Amino acid sequence: MTLLPILLWSDLLIWLLVLAGAVLGVLSWRNPPLRAAWRRVGRSRPGMASATVLAAFVLVGLLDSLHYRPRLENGDLGQPAAYAIEVLSALDAIAEPLRSRNEKTYSAPLATRAYAKESIEVRGADGRVQTTREFPRLKFGGLHLGEEEGTRDGDVLTRVLTAETFALGILAVVSLGAACFVARRGRVTVGRAWRNLWRGETEFAWNAVLVTLGVLLLTLLPVLFLCVDYHVFGTDKVGQDVFYQILKSVRTALVIGLVTTLVTLPLAIGLGILAGYFRGWVDDVIQYLYTTLSSIPGVLLIAAAVLMMQVVIDTHPQWFATAAERADLRLLALCFILGLTSWTGLCRLLRGETLKLRELEYIQAAQAFGVADFRILLRHIMPNLMHIIIIALVMDFSGLVLAEAVLSYVGIGVDPSMISFGTMINNARMELAREPMVWWSLASAFTFMFALVLAANLLADAVRDAFDPRMAGSS
Amino acid sequence: MLAYLLRRLLYAIPILIGVNLITFALFFIVNTPDDMARMQLGVKRVTAEAIEKWKAERGYDKPLFVNAKAPGVDVVTDTIFFSKSARMFVGDFGRAEDGRDITKEITSRMGPSLAIALPTFILGLFVTVSFALLLAFFRATYLDFWGVVLCVAMMSISGLFYIIGGQYLISKLWRLVPISGYTAGLDAWKFLILPVLIGVISGIGSSARWYRTIFLEEIGKDYVRTARAKGLSEITVLFRHVLRNAMIPILTGVVVVIPLLFMGSLLTESFFGIPGLGSYTIDAINAQDFAVVRAMVFIGSVLYIVGLILTDISYTFVDPRIRFE
Amino acid sequence: MNEEQNPILAVRDLRMGFANGVRHAQRVLAAVDGVSFDVHAGETLALLGESGCGKSATALSLLRLLPAAGRVLGGEVRFEGSDLLQLPEADMRAVRGGGMAMIFQEPATSLNPVLTVGRQIDEVLEKHLRLTGAAAQARALELLKAVGIADAERRLSEYPFQLSGGMKQRVMIAVALAGNPRLLIADEPTTALDVTIQAQILDLLRRLQAERGMGMLLITHDLGVVAQMAHRVGVMYAGEIVEEAPREAFFTEPRHPYTQKLFAALPDLSRRGGKLETIAGQVPPLSAMPAGCRFAARCPHAWERCREESPAWTDLQDGHRVRCHWVEEQQRGESRHSGESRNPEAHPWIPAFAGVTVAVERLLEVDNLRVHFPIRRGFFQRVVGHVKAVDGVSLELARGRTLALVGESGCGKTTVGKAILQLIKPTEGSAVLDGLELTGLSRRALRPLRRRMQMIFQDPFASLNPRLSVGDIIAEGMSALGVVGRAKELETAIGALLEQVGLPADAAHRYPHEFSGGQRQRIAIARALAVQPELIVCDEPTSALDVSVQAQILNLLKSLQEQLGLAYLFITHNFAVVEYLAHEVAVMYLGRIVERGTVDEVLHSPRHPYTRALLSAVPSPRLDGSPEIIRLPGETPSPAKPPKGCHFHPRCPQAFDVCRVNYPEPRQASPTQVVRCHLVAP
Repeated sequence: MTLLPILLWSDLLIWLLVLAGAVLGVLSWRNPPLRAAWRRVGRSRPGMASATVLAAFVLVGLLDSLHYRPRLENGDLGQPAAYAIEVLSALDAIAEPLRSRNEKTYSAPLATRAYAKESIEVRGADGRVQTTREFPRLKFGGLHLGEEEGTRDGDVLTRVLTAETFALGILAVVSLGAACFVARRGRVTVGRAWRNLWRGETEFAWNAVLVTLGVLLLTLLPVLFLCVDYHVFGTDKVGQDVFYQILKSVRTALVIGLVTTLVTLPLAIGLGILAGYFRGWVDDVIQYLYTTLSSIPGVLLIAAAVLMMQVVIDTHPQWFATAAERADLRLLALCFILGLTSWTGLCRLLRGETLKLRELEYIQAAQAFGVADFRILLRHIMPNLMHIIIIALVMDFSGLVLAEAVLSYVGIGVDPSMISFGTMINNARMELAREPMVWWSLASAFTFMFALVLAANLLADAVRDAFDPRMAGSS
Repeated sequence: MLAYLLRRLLYAIPILIGVNLITFALFFIVNTPDDMARMQLGVKRVTAEAIEKWKAERGYDKPLFVNAKAPGVDVVTDTIFFSKSARMFVGDFGRAEDGRDITKEITSRMGPSLAIALPTFILGLFVTVSFALLLAFFRATYLDFWGVVLCVAMMSISGLFYIIGGQYLISKLWRLVPISGYTAGLDAWKFLILPVLIGVISGIGSSARWYRTIFLEEIGKDYVRTARAKGLSEITVLFRHVLRNAMIPILTGVVVVIPLLFMGSLLTESFFGIPGLGSYTIDAINAQDFAVVRAMVFIGSVLYIVGLILTDISYTFVDPRIRFE
Repeated sequence: MNEEQNPILAVRDLRMGFANGVRHAQRVLAAVDGVSFDVHAGETLALLGESGCGKSATALSLLRLLPAAGRVLGGEVRFEGSDLLQLPEADMRAVRGGGMAMIFQEPATSLNPVLTVGRQIDEVLEKHLRLTGAAAQARALELLKAVGIADAERRLSEYPFQLSGGMKQRVMIAVALAGNPRLLIADEPTTALDVTIQAQILDLLRRLQAERGMGMLLITHDLGVVAQMAHRVGVMYAGEIVEEAPREAFFTEPRHPYTQKLFAALPDLSRRGGKLETIAGQVPPLSAMPAGCRFAARCPHAWERCREESPAWTDLQDGHRVRCHWVEEQQRGESRHSGESRNPEAHPWIPAFAGVTVAVERLLEVDNLRVHFPIRRGFFQRVVGHVKAVDGVSLELARGRTLALVGESGCGKTTVGKAILQLIKPTEGSAVLDGLELTGLSRRALRPLRRRMQMIFQDPFASLNPRLSVGDIIAEGMSALGVVGRAKELETAIGALLEQVGLPADAAHRYPHEFSGGQRQRIAIARALAVQPELIVCDEPTSALDVSVQAQILNLLKSLQEQLGLAYLFITHNFAVVEYLAHEVAVMYLGRIVERGTVDEVLHSPRHPYTRALLSAVPSPRLDGSPEIIRLPGETPSPAKPPKGCHFHPRCPQAFDVCRVNYPEPRQASPTQVVRCHLVAP
């Protein structure tokens, strides 16, 4: 074995979520009303375009959730294998050059020289050693150019053009594949399917998916082609590649946005339905619980809880084998705290809806058959709340990603050693005030976070329009 | 109606007790005072005496709930719960790590917080409601469509970027107002403009979109059709009929935050160096000053509950159904 | 009438539709297709049609008040000379409320809840008559008095929620009249109201129209309302007017097969024992309108030509015209097609079953049933009183018989039904099913009894869980009560049940949203039948359905009763249904049964003044109407504080001193008829 697979707690939860997503998919495929709603989502072009973008993010996040510890080279075969203390992920393995090629400090995007002057001792023509201050050559950025730094622009252009050619090629193949698929399902000729597909006359918004895919390929492939030898988005204060940080931030954002709902949903659904269905003292207790919790301003409750969690972590260093494990548990604890403080809104909503549902005649019909309460909750109430739950799930996601950034800035977010959008912004926030200004860290973090949140918001809109019965039919 | 308000007021008491218990549990039961002392004094190489001293200085050396050794009522009063948690009900929050009186600090910092939060709130409400009304008026046109797109885009930007970008553009690039700082008195205006502006802009996206949904929901109701059948102009219908009814759901979300304005904004205040309660909280978090955080949690809850009661009162102004029942 | 005059409203070839689908693939489906009619001053034209026929859409198009998806596609609406469809929006506003005013179906939602009554009237006065201040105040007061609102000064400053349903509709009428309109459009103005209130409102509308010489366009689905109100009638079907006739001709000699079917589908005492005529099939959906006559698929007289060619108008006499090939050919004397008429729904006339006596075996016995809901008030939420929804109801029901429980909304009739089934816990009293006491039983003990009694609900859209397939819905009761064990048996049983209620067996795999209202009600009936009950509580099972569909459901219920010997407790507010289906009738008022007896006794020699008023208030779909109409003043008081003495005395035209003091004891008017009224000699 050259590596030791590691399953961090958050990995476990992420893969559980993937499993849950698959189960939910199968379940809603079996249930025609839900299937019809998902079909409506599939018809929405903004929805499918944003789903494509999100899929790219999720791919990165999942790759980053396969962790392992590499085996240390200790030569001696007789000894038991020793593994590095460092926990790496599949993404790290793929992006090895990005991870390891650290410069000394700031460098601009695609630069070959550092951003700050340094004193360099140069042996002059006369043989004397002179100390000059100039921008030193980077250790890795543009290394392959050797002395011919002037050829950089040409090199970049060639790489971009090659990448774009590849992108167009891939896009053409994928589009053709989609057309063939549409043709087979609709039993029409491929040419006909091709036309329908681009005119948006298909049941599924293929054109939106393909256009988005095209845009993604055209922008990201050049980045991939360049990042092997350059720091495409520059480096930060300690010389780490910004693009690598962006890639690592994705997983953190996804964990925060998704795992939190694992805590929120059971609480909100369970308590909301119980309160709404049984009313009486059950309702009183649950209402008291969520009114009390929601009366503490969210940030402050989170702050207090995170501070206490820090104390626990700091006073029990023996619990964690590696730094990654500690950061991971801290991330999960944050999700847990966010979940505990944010279930109240959904709970109130579900309680209100259950109160309405329980008066409906089909519930009374079930009661007239003597169907047990638990069964009524499961068969009649839950399925009719599904749309609210799904809407809340996707709506919360973007809010949680944004919250992570703010919390990390305030100092009650993820572990400082864990790369996230929040820590990136926090580290870079003074850079705009610096002379000369360093803009690339912030700009990259901004762009990618905006893309993620915007895509999530647009998908949430599409899902809400498709699932909300009031919206159905209109527009 | 009076009975209704009184009942809501009374309901606040068990909730405050609940909040108090939650904070007490968070701060003293999740971690014992010993843990906190060890944490504050540095985990390694800490002696038992140092811990005892630290605890004694802060009054954390008492038992949690029952002091069996103390005489008389002190059995209950001479405890951590009574001195640290129950005393908060009378506005006694104790001292911060730096020894200053928290109550005094809070009263002096409310002014600057309010100076930013209040204009942001009022201006923001005005701008977002107007924008939402505009979108509702031009519903199902391109203006509405792109307006909503703009809203979604704006709510997808993190609040941090609004502040960082605003500071960079307005203060650094255009040099219109100082980047940060604060003075007391009327001169404060030049320090306030930027944070207020940023506060308003960053809030537009989500609120305007939400208000638009409320307006559209009202516009779809029967009484609006009646109003149109009377021959009223669309503007009259919107302002006299729709706005009046839409105020009810809007108030639910708006009035409740008014008391919380005293708490200021964590982000804005810390970025702009405003000596308000928001930056006080952030400093306390960074310094792990538990006493201050505990105080802020309690005050926040009190203000929130005041907000809930204000919401109930405000309903009676806009909704005759509650006023007369 | 007024034929020499120009009509105030002339609609020509009006077409409107609803946009469907998303921005790019949008289609407009025509909902109203080439409608033409005139309304003269002082005349009422009734547009009659079942739900979805486009009658309300027509009315809204006239005022250009269509919902967002609605589009006027063409035609002309000439109002006092100008074409409204061409008018700029600003001029149109002067017409709305000024020239032409409208009142809507739901008084509860059509008034702005946060503005006072006075304010909502003033608005119109200010806009159309430029009246403000004291002048407006005085005019508003006059208007409220004109629509018969007592204590008008106080009402001016009140909010809609402080008014009862009937009063809200009166205010709506005052608002509509404020601009002195020449034409009033009334869109189902009384559908949401009880019959006694409906009678008041119809009276009011008729009086106001006569006083003001207004034209009126009345949109309704109720033949009885048409008989009372209309001068002329237009019958709409699937977006077209298919018959137009003066009132007399319409009721004496309806010519279009659809109109004839509508009359035939009305339940009536004269049809007892027989089957009601029904109209086979359904209205075609907007997206698949047939090219020929739109009624062809359901018409007993249709032949080739009907399916290919849309019929043109055939003039009969005196403004009576019909769009029908069959009538046209009859008119030309070519009656060759009349012989071909097929009528699958026609049934041989079964002799009235009044003479049939059934061996009486008592199944259900309810004694002194009370359901009180506490009212909590004040600081500590003390119980300050009780809403006595059901206050001492006693009744008996025999196997295979139908007891109709009749009353207006809020009288507690539904609560009685639910309390018997123990869906609501009764406060007091007993309900005995076949010798077994139901009240006070634990859920477990109740379970075996649930098999024997079931319920059918009012709203077929709310009574089926949209997330379950029809098969699952029907199976729920069977598996909960352990009727059928194995999956194979279950499937066969479900198939058989569906066929029993007239649905194909493969419906089991489909979902409720694929079915129409009538079909859904059939599914609900199948669900109840699945556990083989002996008693079914039917809670207004046809009140949400159109007349033709109602007839199908009533026929089904009746034949099921004959086959299975079911007993029905039939809760309804519709006397026509009672006449058709019931054996015995109990009339409820404010939580108590005021009169009970056999159908003949209660409907033909009612003894209680309330029963009499109720019966006379029902608009009858005949020309002669009701001979003597007893108009009840006021509205039903709240069951939270019923009047002292006889609950009915404040509205009773014959009340005297004793009525104000004592609630009358039950008195036997005949061996089977019991009345609670001081007027009846004990």
